[in-house]
Amino acid sequence: MTKAIDTINYTHVFGHRHLLGIAELSPHDIEYLLERADKAVSVSRQVEKKKMVLRGRTQINLFFEPSTRTQASFELAGKRLGADVMNMSVASSSVKKGETLVDTAITLNAMQPDLLVVRHHSAGAAELLAQKLVGCSVINAGDGAHEHPTQALLDALTIKRNKGRVARLTVAICGDVLHSRVARSNIILLNALGARVRLIAPSTLLPIGVERLGVEVFNSMEEGLKDCDVVMMLRVQRERMTGALIPSAREYFRFYGLDSERLKYAKEDAIVMHPGPMNRGVEISSEVADGPQSVIEEQVEMGVALRMAVIETLIETNDRLDNEKKHKEEQK
Amino acid sequence: MASTLIKNAHLVDPSQGIDGKASLLIENGKIADIHLGGDAITAPDGSQIIDAKGNYVFPGLVDARVHTGEPGSEHRETIASASAAAASGGVTSFIMMPDTNPIIDEVSLVDYVRRAARDNALVNVYPSAAVTKGFEGKELTEFGLLQEAGAVMLTDGHNSFKNPLTLRRALTYARDFGLVISAETQDQDLAANGVMNEGLTATHLGLSGIPREAEIIALERDLRIAALSKGNYHAAKLSTSTSAEAIARYKDDDLNITAGVSINSLTLNENDIGRYRTFLRLSPPLRTEDDRLSMIEALKNGTLDIIVSSHDPHDVDTKRHPFAEAASGAVGMETLLAAALRLHHNDQVPLSRIIEALSTKPAKIFGLDAGTLKKGAKADLCIVDIDAPWVCREAELKSRSKNTPFEGELFSGKVLQTLVEGNTIHTEKA
Repeated sequence: MTKAIDTINYTHVFGHRHLLGIAELSPHDIEYLLERADKAVSVSRQVEKKKMVLRGRTQINLFFEPSTRTQASFELAGKRLGADVMNMSVASSSVKKGETLVDTAITLNAMQPDLLVVRHHSAGAAELLAQKLVGCSVINAGDGAHEHPTQALLDALTIKRNKGRVARLTVAICGDVLHSRVARSNIILLNALGARVRLIAPSTLLPIGVERLGVEVFNSMEEGLKDCDVVMMLRVQRERMTGALIPSAREYFRFYGLDSERLKYAKEDAIVMHPGPMNRGVEISSEVADGPQSVIEEQVEMGVALRMAVIETLIETNDRLDNEKKHKEEQK
Repeated sequence: MASTLIKNAHLVDPSQGIDGKASLLIENGKIADIHLGGDAITAPDGSQIIDAKGNYVFPGLVDARVHTGEPGSEHRETIASASAAAASGGVTSFIMMPDTNPIIDEVSLVDYVRRAARDNALVNVYPSAAVTKGFEGKELTEFGLLQEAGAVMLTDGHNSFKNPLTLRRALTYARDFGLVISAETQDQDLAANGVMNEGLTATHLGLSGIPREAEIIALERDLRIAALSKGNYHAAKLSTSTSAEAIARYKDDDLNITAGVSINSLTLNENDIGRYRTFLRLSPPLRTEDDRLSMIEALKNGTLDIIVSSHDPHDVDTKRHPFAEAASGAVGMETLLAAALRLHHNDQVPLSRIIEALSTKPAKIFGLDAGTLKKGAKADLCIVDIDAPWVCREAELKSRSKNTPFEGELFSGKVLQTLVEGNTIHTEKA
């Protein structure tokens, strides 16, 4: 069994082999991961960044959608923990040759990975792999418009480090909620930790029934940003702005873009977040993105620390649950 | 600023529930005072006095569907000539359709219409803008920016929506801006090459027909999408009894669904086409007498909210053709009120309901500063002798195009004087 790197005093016992979504986590699970991640930040800031707790373990990053930053973040997190990290991207994989996702899972099983990080364009893909893989933890790095749990966790970590807490803060999530897994994960997480969540978007970019997810919905930035502690911008895909859901990029920026004038509606000390990559001049202006209220760069740093905490926790939990199972079988 | 007193008037203002003798004081272009009853208000010295001599005063008419030819077909109608036609018909505000050349689907074009209207028009001209770029039914136009530029309504002109997804997105997006999407409802595939109402009359004339179902199917489909998107949907011109029934079913407190009817569908039927009179080739086509009577009933009970002239000027180049080859459409702003008064003279619809449908209600649906003579409102009004007989002669029309379906018809009811912001812009020759 892998030893825990830090002496952790948490009474909470994390019980999940996989991280497929925020929806399956309890508030205690979330707090546990955030506290562990907070400690991991210091590791990343040392000159010697490498720990060897996951020596001999294999992490496979399986990305069916290109994502430079998320993949790099997971790769760095795994390497800093001492794991062997392998990247498989769709362009070079057999999926392009017609292999089904389940066949991919069987092939991967044969390689005996300890951790699979998967991003896929279809909702539920990570869950399907988690069901088919044996003895391997799965982290959902984004499945369609469903969930992107590590992004929501790193956002919460960033908020916590800037504001000291998440509870009772007013957080506005602005933009393309309809297609955003980041928004879905964040809505669940922020609600679980007691924040007040607002969504600001044109109605064409809001999913049906969203108001029943425990959020306040606004169609106006000026109204929605009022008294917000955190302004979370979402990326709008350019292909959405050719008249189907949004008439044009300039109209989007005029009504939903975050510039310094609009940011004044939020609290004076509000922080501005963006999961990246940004469309400058579409959803956010450069003066805000690079301005004093922006914590966008910090989000990237928190991403590595948070992912280190998640990877370590999942592998520990997997080991522990396997041992418990073995123990029970021996007793029989 | 000079003030004007209108005395001895019979004021009908549905926005205030007034139907009786009154005098109105206008100051600085606005209604300063209303006095009900026979005695006049004492006007300040130097006031202009207009003696209405017992004639009616209505809030200026608001016509929510007016086509012009500017830009692109100025020989048919300019914004200036349309506004002159409006003034002589008692219309003080109209919404201009975007089906010009080029189509009004860009901020700069809305701006052009506003400037042209400001410089040349006697009446208030409100631009509308296309829902989809180039009326192609695919990409949404910049609703928010168009509204900021001055567009008050969105419509794809004579084009009905083909793709329900486009309509859903348009209604959903327009809702955020409080904009109304006004749509014609005729399934083009089913209407095919029809030119008039399908039925025995068409068969006698040897013309291909447009079945009533072409309108009903498109309308019912649109209404379901409107209910789904909870958008502001306006069915622009209905013509069948079944359409009115569909609207009545969907008119719910939660849904912003409204409907209009062309004056032609209220006062003419398919038999008026006679011997291939192309000025009566209209869209929607003139239907049966039963349909016309049910349209009147639906107007009376409020199922149909508003009456439009559907003013659509065409010159000889597009009208002097065999019926099936002629363009559809007719001018109508100058005959709108007189034709609508037929419903009053025939005891079919109360006068106050007619004025509501011609003025107060369209202003309300499209959010225009018009349709009322409340204290403080703009003094846009018309003075009307509702019994004065006259014969419609195309030579006397102010519109550049003379394609009236009422040529030679007798009317009772004439606009004597039209005022916009207190200024007289039209006076009938005695």
